[in-house]
Amino acid sequence: MSENHMKLGPQVGITLPEPKQRSGLAFSPELTSILLAILAVVGIVLILTLLSGADTGLLGELLKWTPFMAQGFALNVAISLFAIVFGTIGGVFLGMGQLAPRGWISAPSKILTQIFRNAPWLVLLFYCIFLIPFQVRIGGETYTISNWLRASIGFTIPIVANFSEIVRGALQSIPSGQWEAARSLGYTWRQTVLSVVLPQCIKRMLPPWMNLYAILLMATPLASIVGVEESMTNARTALQAEADGRLLLPLYAYLLSWFFIYCYPIARISKSLEDRFAVR
Amino acid sequence: MDRIADFFRALNERTGINLPILYDPFDADRFFHGLLTTIELFLISAVVSIAIGLVGAGSLTLPYRVPKAITRCYVAFFRNTPPLIQMYFFFFAIGALTPVRKNDFGFPEPTIDNFQWALITLSLYAGAFNIEIFRSGVEAIHRSIVEAATALGYGKIACFLYVMLPLAWRISLPALCNNMIELLKTTTLAYAIGVPELLYVSNQIWSDNLNTFEMMNVLMVVYLLLVGIVALAMNRWEQALRLPGFGAAAR
Repeated sequence: MSENHMKLGPQVGITLPEPKQRSGLAFSPELTSILLAILAVVGIVLILTLLSGADTGLLGELLKWTPFMAQGFALNVAISLFAIVFGTIGGVFLGMGQLAPRGWISAPSKILTQIFRNAPWLVLLFYCIFLIPFQVRIGGETYTISNWLRASIGFTIPIVANFSEIVRGALQSIPSGQWEAARSLGYTWRQTVLSVVLPQCIKRMLPPWMNLYAILLMATPLASIVGVEESMTNARTALQAEADGRLLLPLYAYLLSWFFIYCYPIARISKSLEDRFAVR
Repeated sequence: MDRIADFFRALNERTGINLPILYDPFDADRFFHGLLTTIELFLISAVVSIAIGLVGAGSLTLPYRVPKAITRCYVAFFRNTPPLIQMYFFFFAIGALTPVRKNDFGFPEPTIDNFQWALITLSLYAGAFNIEIFRSGVEAIHRSIVEAATALGYGKIACFLYVMLPLAWRISLPALCNNMIELLKTTTLAYAIGVPELLYVSNQIWSDNLNTFEMMNVLMVVYLLLVGIVALAMNRWEQALRLPGFGAAAR
């Protein structure tokens, strides 16, 4: 591959950097530090378990409850995926709306963004749990809206507002020359945003979007407060079932380690992407 | 005051919009104390978290290896685990390990109660973010300033305290403002370990009066107002500290 690049370079008349090789090298120290951190966390949980139990009995209990907690953790991930998908879609529209030239679009977009960005997540969650009806009737058929779905909607709202701000920031970071050039080429406002500005923004939006996703996943245990049976609820069920005080510390540490192992790589990758984009 | 109470009592009778916190002294008192608890939680943990942030940023800036490693681990842990589970971890798991003492009535009482655990968790959680904020503030300082300080005979620690910190503080203020708003919103998590803050007392009030919808809206408005006050205060502070010719260069 790199030989081809070397040959092609002079022929085409441009000097090609070697992006593939460089990016591979840039990621490998990241990968090692991520793996090291994960190993360290697993080690800490193991040591805590052995110290609390003085034998290997507690380790067996942790393993016994792992599938049950994993089931809950899968729901955490499902809720976060639901919220990030719909939140991103909503956020793109709300963010573009904030910069829309028409006041009757931009003013409500700004107000909605500020309200839902500054309200505590837990309050929004309570809103959705209490105020979204338990059953809806569409065309004569009754649908039940389950708890986890209402919680997911509760998480989608702050994601929409936060992503709206990310989109607005990225759109405004594009030099005004681009907007003017597009206008002089006869693009409408919508065409300018969709086919000129937004594609360039994606690079800038990616790191904060990844951070937002990590924050979202770390917020999903809030759903346990409103009765969704996710990993936190299941961990407490396990603690009640075992009724063993020695299990408290290892089990909570174990659950924390799951979230850490899921979120830490996201944080590292987003940081390295941010650094890489910042150079250009 | 009576006139206000009468108005809201009449509002409830005529329209069914029930706001007992404005006419029932018991509920008003509960709500007010919840508000005070939230403000107290926020202010104390804000101060402690800023202190943690400054110490942590200092340890990352100074060339000593062990404090640096400890700070890195602390930041990685608190930034990448859910604050709610941190709170449970501290309150239930570590709280179970702390010694129990007898109170004045002879009942057993934990050495650290739930309010204090909430304070500890919130401070540590927000502190981890503050460290990153101050660190990037320090990094934004131009090297020539540090070199000038060194040339004037400042040591490493003195240079950090008297030259880098005052500049980094000003650069960090906008990000700090965002994090303080985030901290204010996170105080609602104290609900989970039974601290009677705003959300907790509101829950009690709507359970007693069955006015969930009204209380939720009140709660939302109160939190938005609190966030607004924090944002306003931080912006004022930012304006007051602005150095001529420096702010623009930092942006």
